[in-house]
Amino acid sequence: MPWQPPSPIQIFQLLPKTNCGKCGEPNCMAFAVKLVNFEATLEACPPLIEDLKLRPIFEKLKSLLAPPVREIELRGSKKIVKIGGKYVLYRHELRYMNPTAIAIDIDDSMDRENILKRIEIVEKFEYDYVGQKLKLDAIAIRSSSNDPKQFARIVQFVAENSVLPIILCSLNPAVIEAGLNVLTPPHKPLLYAATKDNWREMAELAKRFEAPLSIASPGNLDMLVSLSKTITEDIGLQDVVLDPGCFIGPGGLSYTLKAYSWIRYKAIYDLWRYVGYPLIATPIAVWNYLKSDITEIMWWEAIMALTLMTRYADLLILHSLEGWTLLPLVMWRFQLYTDPRKPVAVPPGLREIGKPDENSPVLVTTNYALTYSIVSSDAEKSKVNAWLLVIDTEGLAVDVSVAGRKLTGEKVREAIKSSNLEQKVKHRILILPGKAARMQGDIEDATGWKVVVGPAESSEIGKFLEKIWLPEKLKELTA
Amino acid sequence: MSMEKKDEKQELEARKQANIYSLLAKLTEALAEGIVELYNVEIEADELTIILPETGAIAPQIPIPIMVSPPKQTVEAKPEAAVATAVAKTVEVVAKKVVELAKVAFEEPRPKYSGRVVEVKLGATRSEGGTREKTIVIGGHTTPPYLYLIGYGSGHTPAFGGDTFDMKIGLPRAVRQVFGDALDNPIEWASLWINKFGAEAIDIHLVSTDPTIRDAPPKEAVKIVDMLLQSVKVPIVVGGSGNPEKDVEVFRSIIEAYPSEGLVINSLNLDMKLEAICRHIAKSNAIVINFSPMDLDKAEQINRKVYEWIPRNRIMLDLNIGGIGYGTEYGFTVMERARLSALIGNELLAHPFNVGAANAWGAREAWITMDPYWGPKEIRGPLWETLTCIICLLAGADYFMILHPLTIKVLREMREYLFSEPKISDPDKALQWLSSKLPIV
Repeated sequence: MPWQPPSPIQIFQLLPKTNCGKCGEPNCMAFAVKLVNFEATLEACPPLIEDLKLRPIFEKLKSLLAPPVREIELRGSKKIVKIGGKYVLYRHELRYMNPTAIAIDIDDSMDRENILKRIEIVEKFEYDYVGQKLKLDAIAIRSSSNDPKQFARIVQFVAENSVLPIILCSLNPAVIEAGLNVLTPPHKPLLYAATKDNWREMAELAKRFEAPLSIASPGNLDMLVSLSKTITEDIGLQDVVLDPGCFIGPGGLSYTLKAYSWIRYKAIYDLWRYVGYPLIATPIAVWNYLKSDITEIMWWEAIMALTLMTRYADLLILHSLEGWTLLPLVMWRFQLYTDPRKPVAVPPGLREIGKPDENSPVLVTTNYALTYSIVSSDAEKSKVNAWLLVIDTEGLAVDVSVAGRKLTGEKVREAIKSSNLEQKVKHRILILPGKAARMQGDIEDATGWKVVVGPAESSEIGKFLEKIWLPEKLKELTA
Repeated sequence: MSMEKKDEKQELEARKQANIYSLLAKLTEALAEGIVELYNVEIEADELTIILPETGAIAPQIPIPIMVSPPKQTVEAKPEAAVATAVAKTVEVVAKKVVELAKVAFEEPRPKYSGRVVEVKLGATRSEGGTREKTIVIGGHTTPPYLYLIGYGSGHTPAFGGDTFDMKIGLPRAVRQVFGDALDNPIEWASLWINKFGAEAIDIHLVSTDPTIRDAPPKEAVKIVDMLLQSVKVPIVVGGSGNPEKDVEVFRSIIEAYPSEGLVINSLNLDMKLEAICRHIAKSNAIVINFSPMDLDKAEQINRKVYEWIPRNRIMLDLNIGGIGYGTEYGFTVMERARLSALIGNELLAHPFNVGAANAWGAREAWITMDPYWGPKEIRGPLWETLTCIICLLAGADYFMILHPLTIKVLREMREYLFSEPKISDPDKALQWLSSKLPIV
C-alpha cells in the first residue's frame, strides 16, 4: 500500500479546536482540510505552537503529516533550498513537492576568474515563463586538487561571492573537513559523499558540523541501504541524501533508471525507512564516460538530467552552463512540479491591450496561462490597441482546445455575452488564432460575428493588424 | 528486555569510549603534524591519562583551521606519527565494536499487475497479404515502463517513424537544413529517412487534402500512398488533415485501395462519423490511432465505439503531447494514468500509445532566435524534440512520429541502453567526476 494522507477528521481531532481563525481559515476543520491537502502547514496555527503543553500533540500531528521521503534543507549565505519531502510516486496522486534543485559545479583547480564567471552565470540565470522566474539553485564545489588547503581557499572564495547553498564534493574526509571549517552560519552545506570506504569519517564530520550527508554507492543497492541503515539508525544522522550512481550506455542507463525508481518505489509504497531520503543524481558523470565532442557530451548530460528529474531525483549536479542545455530542464521542471489538480490557467474574460476603443480589433485566445501570457506580451510588444477575449478552455492551449472541442462557437458566444463586448465595440469582427482556423465557421454560426483567421504565431499579430485593420479592408470584410 | 537494556548500556559505554579514543587519535595525529584544533570538546571520564609526545612540534601557526592528513606515502613514520597510528588503530577496533557496517539487502519492489497492453502490429508482409519487408510490433506491456520488475523488457520496444508531408509547409530551419530539396518530394524525403537517418516507419501527413488549404481530392492522396508503398518497405502511417469530414473520405479511399498493407490510420476522433469510416477499415487489416487529447474519459468512449468494428489489437491510442513548456505535463500525466489503469485491468485503455513528437516544435523556444546565451536554434530545436520524446518514453509511449533525424538517432541509442540488462561493470567510474579536470564550458 502506498503512503496515504491522514483524514481531515483525524487531524481535526488533534487540533486545539479553538476556531480562532488565526491561521486564516474560518475554523479548525477547514484548517485540517488544508493541512491534509498540503496547502497549509502546522506552523500556521498559533495556539498549537505557542502552548508548550501542546508540544506532544504538535509532534504527533507533525509525524502524521510527515512525508515518506524526508525533507532536507540546504542553506547558503542568503538562499535556502529544500529537497525531498515527497509523498507520491506519480504526480497525479497528489503533486510533487520541492522541485528538483539544480547545482552547477566549480572545481578547486579553476582559476578565480573562471570561478567568478561561473558563479555569475549561475546566479544570473533566469528565464521568464508564465510569469515565473526560472532559476538555478546551488553550487557544487569539487576538488580535483585533492589538497585540503586549496579546497578551503576556493570554498571560502565561493562563499564570499555567492549567496547560494554549497555542496562540498570529495571522497577525502580531510578535504571535506577543510571546506567545512571555512563555512560559517547560516551556511549549511551538503556533504558529498560517504561511501563504503570513508563512511565513518564522513559521518563523524556530518555529525560534528551538523551538515546533511550524501551516501553514494554506485552500482550497489545493497551497500547503499546498508550504509543508509548504519548512518541513519546506528549513528543517528537523519539528514542524509542517497546516490545509487549515474551511468549511461548499455547496462548503465537501465541500471540507473531501475535504481532510482526502485528506491523511490520502496520509500513510498513500502514505507521502507532506509530509502526514505532525497535522491541526488550526478549527470556531470557523463563528462567522464564520453570522449566525444563537447556538444554531444552536453547533449547527453541534458538527457540524463531530464530523465532523472522525471524519475525521482531531488537534486542534480551538472557541469554544462550552456543556456540551451539548461533551458528545457528548468521549463520541464516547472511543469512537472505544478499541481495537476489545478491547470495552469488565467481567469477568462475581456482584457485590454494598450488603450482600446470601440473601433479596436478583438483578438480571441484561450485561458491556458502560457498561451495567454505569450499572446498578451506579443500584442503589447507590437504596440497595438486591442481587446483580448480570453475564452475558458479549461486551461488548454489553442491547438489542444480545438482538438478537444474546448474552443467552440458556443464558448465564444458565452464569452461575448458575459463580457458585454457588444457594447464595447461597434464592429462585429473577431480575430481567431491561426491554429484555431478550423473553428471559423462554427464560431461565425454561433455568434453571428464575422471571424477572420489571424496568424498562427502571436509574434505576427502586429504585422497582421497593420495589413488588415484598415478602413477599406474592414468595409470589404463586413460587406 | 533486560538483556536489551544491558546491551544498550554497553553500547553506550563503548560509544563513549570510542569518542574519547577518536579524540585522542585526532589530537595525537594533529600533534604529529604540528597542528592542533579543538572545538566543542567535552570529555567526561573517570580516569583519563593523556600522554602527549614531548616534541617541539607544536608550531606557532595554530589558528589555521585546516587539518592536513598525513601523507600516505611516508616511507618511515616519525615516532609521533607512529603513536598516532597506534591510537588510530585502537579507535578503529573500538569503533568497529560500536558501529559496524550493517548488512542489509535491498528488497525488490513487488507490485502486482493483472492487466496487459495489447500487441499491435504495424505493416503487413507478403505472407500477410502486404508488401512490407519489415513490420513493427508494439505494446504487450505487463508492468509500468522502465521499472525493471521482470527482467528488462516488459513488452515490445518502442519504435520511431519519420515525418513527411505531401506539400510544402512551414518547417523549422533545423529540419530544412537536414533534408534540403527532398522536402519538395515526400518520396525522396521518405527515402532519406530510411536510407540515411534510421527511421523505422514513415508517417505521411496528407496536409494538402485539407479543405482550407488545397482541398486535394482523395485520389491524389491515394497516389502518394501508392508511390510511398513502392519506394519504401517499412510500415506507413497515413495522416489526414484533421478535418473530420474530409478525413473520412480520404481514409476510406486509401483503405479501399490498400486493404492488406497494415496501414496505420492517423487518426480517428469523436468528431468524426466513426461508423462511416470504421465499416471500411473493418474489412481491411489497417490499424487505427484513436485520438483523444488529454482526456481519458473520451479515450474510453472512442475505444468503446471503435470496438464495434475493429478488433482491439488493431487500435492505438494518442493522448496528445505538447512540447516542453507547452502542456507537456498534461500529456505525460495522462499517459501515466492510462498505462497504470490498463495494468490494473482497464482494458479500454490497454493500447499502445502514439506520440506526435513534432508537437515539440510548437514550443517557441524550439525555433525562435533568442539571446545568444540560449544557444543557436539549430541545436535547441532537435534537443527540444528529443527531450519531449524522452518524457513520453518514460510515461510508456510506444510509437513516435518524429521530425528531426537527430531525435531518432538519440532515441535509438536510448532504446538500446534502456532495454539492455541493468549491469554495472565499472562502478567507481561514477565518482570520477569528483576529482577530474573537466573542460570549462
